[in-house]
Amino acid sequence: MYEGVVQDLIDELGRLPGVGPKSAQRIAFHVLQADPADVRRLAAALTEVKEKVRFCAVCGNVAQEEHCRICADPRRDAAVICVVEEPKDVVAIERTREFRGRYHVLGGAISPIEGVGPEDLRIRELLARLADGAVTELILATDPNLEGEATATYLARMVKAMGLKVTRLASGLPVGGDLEYADEVTLGRAFEGRRLLDV
Amino acid sequence: MHLTHLSLADFRSYPRAEVSLGPGVVAFTGPNGQGKTNLVEAVGYLAALGSHRVSGDAPLVRSGAERAYVRGAVQGGGRSTLLEVEINPGRANRARINRGAPVRPRELLGSLRTVLFAPEDLTLVKGDPGDRRRFLDELLVARAPRLAGVRQDYERVLKQRNALLRTVAMARRAARGAKPDLSTLDVWDAHLARAGAELTARRLELVAALRPLVDAAYARIAPGGGEASLEYRGSVGAALPAEGSEPAELEAVLAAALAESRPQEVERGVTLVGPHRDELLLGLGGLPAKGYASHGESWSLALALRLASYDLLRADDGQGLGDPVLILDDVFAELDARRRDRLAELVADGEQVLVTAAVPEDVPAALSGARFEVADGAVRPSAVGS
Repeated sequence: MYEGVVQDLIDELGRLPGVGPKSAQRIAFHVLQADPADVRRLAAALTEVKEKVRFCAVCGNVAQEEHCRICADPRRDAAVICVVEEPKDVVAIERTREFRGRYHVLGGAISPIEGVGPEDLRIRELLARLADGAVTELILATDPNLEGEATATYLARMVKAMGLKVTRLASGLPVGGDLEYADEVTLGRAFEGRRLLDV
Repeated sequence: MHLTHLSLADFRSYPRAEVSLGPGVVAFTGPNGQGKTNLVEAVGYLAALGSHRVSGDAPLVRSGAERAYVRGAVQGGGRSTLLEVEINPGRANRARINRGAPVRPRELLGSLRTVLFAPEDLTLVKGDPGDRRRFLDELLVARAPRLAGVRQDYERVLKQRNALLRTVAMARRAARGAKPDLSTLDVWDAHLARAGAELTARRLELVAALRPLVDAAYARIAPGGGEASLEYRGSVGAALPAEGSEPAELEAVLAAALAESRPQEVERGVTLVGPHRDELLLGLGGLPAKGYASHGESWSLALALRLASYDLLRADDGQGLGDPVLILDDVFAELDARRRDRLAELVADGEQVLVTAAVPEDVPAALSGARFEVADGAVRPSAVGS
């Protein structure tokens, strides 16, 4: 245990995701030894992010204005919506530069253990976006784990009556990898999802 | 396959231990409380990633230490594999194979196969249905490591569904007459039926394969003791399809049973049908073993279940790694002289048989081989074939 404010800093840092007690201690001493200007910049960035960043009124992604960059961009295809769990998933898909539609960020996945039900996710907002019939395809890109699959199944059932095309991202082998290193579950999924090779 | 070396660090009573082993019978003898069982427990842990004595990992770490290490060199199918696992109670364990990069512990499954028989196994016959379900599931995973994922998935879906049922039940009690939102329950039902069907199908397959082996093993340990029988009874009752049915058929049956029991489930806040409520019924001479079998018969039947597992794993050695390692922890003292000798005959030709006993005289003469003495947390070779 350290004295007063140093321990307070370590405790606060230790509450961050992915930071254990040892890392928290290391970061705290780095901050202590760093240039005061650097530390002020870090502190300013922390306060600013809470003050300035808000969530897009349409898709729920992080935004600086009322609408996020993607929802405000008229070149993006409004007929296709890709549903993800978190804003960081938007970033991941954007990196592919393959997808030209819009997003919808749910803010998590259904998980009764953690007390998260459909009413805690931005599902009502999604249904509202689908109501006018302009959207023709819904891509379900929730995580490929149990909770993500359950959320995808739930959404697919909810929108079934609307008659739009509902797709789910494929699960399978990582590109550029070796077959022998794939775990059995992934390999099993890849077998289920195999497709005709058209030559 | 056989283990050629075992190293422990901060495991149970051992600050450190290094034991070199050969094929054939290896006996560890010494007074009680000196750490014989801890050695074979560590071997079992490498094979199954769990202890046969405790459900959590915390007791496995020597008191005062933060984590324990178990390392084992396995010789099988003409090659040697070094397995390592770092046990971190309360956090994720880490594993390595052949000193490579850390992998998920689950990757170790299948590299070392063991069948362990210990005094605790009496619960296979006398204990709760859960003990027998665990026996089946652990054997499933030993035969096909992929099924560890199926088992885990099922348990996770079950937890999620029970959590949902609990909140629904609480909401109903809080606001009497209120109609709770059950829309997500349908989703969990579908996932539970799918994962449950695969698990049930595998268990049915396993029971069918075990049945003749258990009966044969029992007849050899306790001749004239009547027929030993196995029957899988599903929580869906008579609707359970016959052994050998497709998972799709089981899935439909489970889904229907879930729909039917929903009112009670919502009332009680817990999932009432599924493989977690199924039961493996053991019988002897036409009577249920539980409640009817004597102490000696129960012992023989538990032993027959383990020997049948051993025969099964021996027979389906798809990767050509050789016999599983057979571990007999403190079992000879519990058997009379006749059964002791029969058991010794049955296992003497195993590729590697690890035996623990309090006194050397408890190890039958037929099991000649390497002997170690365990005392004060030290393992020393003793005169061969004492």
